[in-house]
Amino acid sequence: MNATRRGLLTALPIVGAGVLGVGFWKMLQGMESGGFDPRAIKNPNVGRPIPEFAMPGLPGLGDGFTDKELKAETRPVLVNFFASWCIPCVQEMPGLRSISRNMPIWGIAYEDKPENASAFVQRDGTPYARVASDRHGRVAIDWGVTGVPESFLVAPGGRILWHGSAALDPQIYDAEIRPRLAGL
Amino acid sequence: MFGPEQGHFALALACVLALIQFVVPLWGAHKRNARLVAMAPFLAVSQLFALAISFFSLIICAVRDDFSVQNVAANSAASKPLLYKITGVWGNHEGSVLLWTLILGVCGAAVSTFGRNLPDILRGRVLAVLGGVSAGFQLFCLLTSDPFDRVFPAPMDGQGMNPLLQDPGLAFHPPILYTGYVGFAVPFAFAVAALLEGRVDAAWGRWVRPWAVAAWCFLTCGIALGSWWSYYVLGWGGYWFWDPVENASLIPWLTGTALVHSAIVVEKREGLKIWTVLLAIATFSFSLSGTFLVRSGILNSVHAFANDPARGVFILALLALVIGGSLALFAWRAPSLTSGGLFSPVSREGSLVLNNILLCSICAVVVTGTMYPPFMQLLAGRTISVGKPFFDAATIPLTIPLLLAMGVGTALPWKRAQLARTFSHLFVAAILAAIGLVLCFWKFSGALPIACGALAIWVMAASVTDVLRRIGLGHSSRSEMLARAKSLPRSSWGAALAHIGAGITVLGLCGMSGAQHAIVEIHVGETRSLAGDDWTLVNVHDYAGPNYRAMQADIAVRHNGKLVTMLHPEKRDFTTQNQTTTEVAIHTNFITDLYGVVGDRHGTGADATYVLRLHKNPLAPWMWLGGLVMAIGGAFSLSDRRLRVGAPKRSAARTMAKA
Repeated sequence: MNATRRGLLTALPIVGAGVLGVGFWKMLQGMESGGFDPRAIKNPNVGRPIPEFAMPGLPGLGDGFTDKELKAETRPVLVNFFASWCIPCVQEMPGLRSISRNMPIWGIAYEDKPENASAFVQRDGTPYARVASDRHGRVAIDWGVTGVPESFLVAPGGRILWHGSAALDPQIYDAEIRPRLAGL
Repeated sequence: MFGPEQGHFALALACVLALIQFVVPLWGAHKRNARLVAMAPFLAVSQLFALAISFFSLIICAVRDDFSVQNVAANSAASKPLLYKITGVWGNHEGSVLLWTLILGVCGAAVSTFGRNLPDILRGRVLAVLGGVSAGFQLFCLLTSDPFDRVFPAPMDGQGMNPLLQDPGLAFHPPILYTGYVGFAVPFAFAVAALLEGRVDAAWGRWVRPWAVAAWCFLTCGIALGSWWSYYVLGWGGYWFWDPVENASLIPWLTGTALVHSAIVVEKREGLKIWTVLLAIATFSFSLSGTFLVRSGILNSVHAFANDPARGVFILALLALVIGGSLALFAWRAPSLTSGGLFSPVSREGSLVLNNILLCSICAVVVTGTMYPPFMQLLAGRTISVGKPFFDAATIPLTIPLLLAMGVGTALPWKRAQLARTFSHLFVAAILAAIGLVLCFWKFSGALPIACGALAIWVMAASVTDVLRRIGLGHSSRSEMLARAKSLPRSSWGAALAHIGAGITVLGLCGMSGAQHAIVEIHVGETRSLAGDDWTLVNVHDYAGPNYRAMQADIAVRHNGKLVTMLHPEKRDFTTQNQTTTEVAIHTNFITDLYGVVGDRHGTGADATYVLRLHKNPLAPWMWLGGLVMAIGGAFSLSDRRLRVGAPKRSAARTMAKA
């Protein structure tokens, strides 16, 4: 091995460590400014059309819905994944009811027994215009859902405009959803 | 004496001593001033003394319930048992950093004490590097994570400790793990000193190896203990989550294992010198970075530390100095180190090279998997999580040749091996492995567990037959064998034991791949069967503990109608901390663990149903037992006289005197 090649090889570790170090520094800066949140969940489907699906309804709450029906809507729709076994979903309900006075919310019960989900939705009055059951979570995978509750703002025609991975409340609606409705 | 202010002062004093320990011996070595260099051991011991006072003061604050100390107020409470008041000192960020620096101080003092026969200049430089690292961490402690910060007015009682941490296993897990992490500072310091000196030789390999082995033993125990804790405390039935914090301990373990082996080649064949120096730097760098990443909050982990980006910036700067400095020195000086001759691929050193390549490849896989999510988010803005499927798929194919090579390697002689002879040595082990393969087919399911299980038996059989061959089994008398066994170097016994331990761990992992579990919701009196056993919920009763309310279930496990054991899992509600913990019930016969967890109660009275999680975990205890055997093997090889620091010099001096 000649001297230059040796020199280059022995310099590799510091170059690698330097690249990693710069990356970490950027992350720390981003964490302080709020631009980088390692716990944030970003959905790759934002900006894309909704995936194809057809789901049955819940007992006593209509027939469910399909992607075609969602695309055919003339108003923007908030799609909300929920489950009766999820505590943040329980906490989210009053907020959803108040948002439902401003825009339609379509609910999708994620990995939930239909009777449990139905009882849960009807307990204090449903916020949902329509409800469907994703019994085994297949549809949620296509949407890129990582947990419940998660919500998607769907424009007429079926493009996903926004994704939220926290329990919704009127503040989030005012800050994140309402401004996006203005342009529609 | 031993109040918070004294502790604070002692820490500051230790920091000053560490800075002097960093500067003076280096300057002395540069100027060839023996008196300056000779100050290093004294400084290292004084620094340890100051650190010990500081740490002891913090313990006293916790024991005396001095809630004017912010750290005690935030993590302790008057009602906490004394043991956990003491161990709680290192159960939080500030205290654990102080423990970290204390262990670093112990390492420095150990080099001063046990390294008396090292060349003075080398020892001075090693201690200087240790002092520099110490000073950095003590500054970090003083400036951003001061454990002696006061609160005014002092609260009447502390906020208490996370009940999950009130466990003897976890109490001693951090000190052991940190000793492993920090212990690798010594090989690191030897590497930097060697680069400064511009010389790496067989003696250097012999000096550095015991320190690396010692740190490796502690790290092995630490990882095993952490995994065992997560198995029996968290109640999720698993033992390894590929969580970033776990990976942060596995990465230096992998490079450390590679280091322990490559240093042998430096010692025996004066080869792999540059590589060994790099491994020594890399291992400690990974130890440091792991801590940094976990505490800065960059990695998304289930282990919650109080994340603080400002602290992260300080540690990152410290890492840039320590890691960047040593790697820059490496890039500058390593090319001038003379490399040894070429190796024959079929030889002991050839197999050790293969061992290093495979271990470092596994390490690269783990680093990639751990770093991928944050970098993907930084560069592409996408959220990605990397978990078990990736790690299993990428590490197991690398582990299989590693296990194969472990068996062959110990049977190969140095320099050049004759294949036919090696095969004849391994014949018995191969037959045992073949029998093992049949056993694995019978007991395990799936191609990978069967293959890995047979290879684990192969490793263990090869280690045992190798030792038996060396003591002359079959062609020597009993007294001759005994004499040979006595004269066989302890390091050979240790290596065999460590390899057997690795085999035991792998067998445990293979067994656990066939673990079965069920989540059931049943009434009292109902029975469910799982994996051939009948589990009956006999009774559930509530009781009040000292600072919690508990629900205890009595579960009878029967096999073919015969009672195997009664399990008593509990669910505890800690009202003050508003937290629930599960007390797992485990029955083990060292072949299979029966593992029961009680969850929620639904409904009331006779109608109530209980959610139970039942696991049958084959060979589970072997995973941690193997870790312990590995560490014992390492400790055994440490007791080898040849490896003891300074021994070679003493015998060299004796030979010279004779001449």
